Amino acid sequence: MPNDNIRPPTINLTKEDYNNIKQVISPKPKVIKNLIFAFLVGGFICSLGQMIINFYMIYLDLPKMKAQTAGTATLIFIGALLTGLGVYDEIVKIGGAGGIVPVTGFANSMVSPALEFKREGNVFGVGGKLFTIAGPILLYGIFSSIVVGIIYLISS
Amino acid sequence: MNNKKAGNQTVVFQSPPVILSKYNIVGPKEGQGPLKDSFDVILKDTYDGEKSWEKTEAKMLETAMRGAVSKANVPLDAVDYILAGDLLNQIISSNFAARQIGLPFIGLYGACSTMALSTALGAMLVDGGYASKVLCSASSHHDTAERQYRLPTEQGNQRAMYAQWTVTGAGSIMLSDTGVGPKVTSATIGRVIDFGETDANNMGAAMAPAVADTILNHFRDLNRPPDYYDLVATGDLGMIGLQLAIEILKRSNLNITNDFTDCGVMIYSPSQDTHAGGSGCGCSAAVLTGNILDRMLSGNLKRVLLVGSGCLHSPASSLQGESMPAIGHAVSIEVSKAV
Amino acid sequence: MLNNIIPAFVVGGLICILGQLLMDLTKANVTPAHVLVTFVTGGVVLGALGLYEPLVKFGGAGATVPLSGFGYALAKGAIEGAESNGLIGAFSGGIEATAVGIASALFFGYLVAVVFNPKG
Repeated sequence: MPNDNIRPPTINLTKEDYNNIKQVISPKPKVIKNLIFAFLVGGFICSLGQMIINFYMIYLDLPKMKAQTAGTATLIFIGALLTGLGVYDEIVKIGGAGGIVPVTGFANSMVSPALEFKREGNVFGVGGKLFTIAGPILLYGIFSSIVVGIIYLISS
Repeated sequence: MNNKKAGNQTVVFQSPPVILSKYNIVGPKEGQGPLKDSFDVILKDTYDGEKSWEKTEAKMLETAMRGAVSKANVPLDAVDYILAGDLLNQIISSNFAARQIGLPFIGLYGACSTMALSTALGAMLVDGGYASKVLCSASSHHDTAERQYRLPTEQGNQRAMYAQWTVTGAGSIMLSDTGVGPKVTSATIGRVIDFGETDANNMGAAMAPAVADTILNHFRDLNRPPDYYDLVATGDLGMIGLQLAIEILKRSNLNITNDFTDCGVMIYSPSQDTHAGGSGCGCSAAVLTGNILDRMLSGNLKRVLLVGSGCLHSPASSLQGESMPAIGHAVSIEVSKAV
Repeated sequence: MLNNIIPAFVVGGLICILGQLLMDLTKANVTPAHVLVTFVTGGVVLGALGLYEPLVKFGGAGATVPLSGFGYALAKGAIEGAESNGLIGAFSGGIEATAVGIASALFFGYLVAVVFNPKG
């Protein structure tokens, strides 16, 4: 027992026993079902992104690079809007990683805490919370890219 | 001085306080559940006209308290103490509700076991002669709890199948040294028990050992047979926690033969997709002041053991990798034979 | 042009399956935030090693829309920056390449947060 206290628990059970019981009784996630929906939802969002990029290239005559960045920005807008409308969390409920991993999920993770904490004002509420999850993503992403750049310099 | 203590953790009340009145108020989801006819007020939405969910929860708790007072037909200043608690940091819902009411206030934190805890303490105050009338209350709100303990409400997430849904609800009872009604006959104060569960989404598994421990001590302290109660209802173990508690008690040779269920399992139907059932202080508060006391008043139930279950972690402790200590508090409520 | 949609669907779906496996098969305290950080950093590493490029060539948006694509853009930008501007370029390259993504996330994120209210 982790406790050294006066009277050990009255129930007749060790921690190990309890872990075994928990293993048997706790429900497991429906992995196969989750994988299928992750594939469908994630695939849909990515193909939507591709359609948007194609649209920008064909109808707005944007060169490939610009069309890609515009496409990313558009998806971010869509993710943010669907979060504000209260719809995006329903998408993730069904699609799991299919909703979390695309850049629309990144937008959702920025907007949802900002939305939640707006009661606490514009500076500490919206402002502070926009980066609750975006912060670590940008930190680790940018940091590792700088490391990559430095390693590249050293090795060349 | 007569020692009212029985065994290790239980007290038996010599003049069992009467539950003079009760009142509850719940959110829309609870109002669509199987217990919908047992709620005094069902809100149309989770904001109820307030600017934030925190303000809504404080208002709900105040409503429950005032409702219990008015149903008891006593003036507000006849009440000696308010005992209340909730899940929020610094128990602000209770603090702000108490500010509005203005009576002497004892704030409590028992996490989701607060309703049972406040009833136990309130009964001690009344039976001990320290108060003639006490209000015992608790509340929780799904959205205030989510943003404090877990993730922002609009953030995409797949909840585990053993996760529970915090009840949006508040309940209050008035304990009195006179009057007619079901009586609080004994209380078992629990000890903090930790069997090493670190998953903050699996509160049922964290709480089951603590709740089972309190139940076992209650029966042993009072030497009661396992079929003594018509109903043993735990606070919010949820479906998984309830199964775990039953199994733990079996291994400790206590087989509760009559109805053994959980308020979190009672308050929602499977079609409401809450996964493992309801949780939160409001869970046991709403079910006690609704379904359970209704059935006692109509003669359906004569002896009930309510065992509140609380998970005593914080978001910070979970992030630091700590396991979740838990506690269970039991109160026995009985309709006297003369009634 | 339309024949790049199916590869986008398949590659994107497969990358998301990887994310789902991470979420379902790891310990319970792996949150969406952890998954996103892993994908971004994974994208940086794979991008730096040149292993992400073929995915992008074949899958198009299927590789660039997931957050690993954001990491890939960061790595590519840092390397190009280092090539043209040395050490300073190593620092600025990543952010420059992903500037539009970061700025639009900030911009639209703020607007939506101010206009809407959480529904719970």
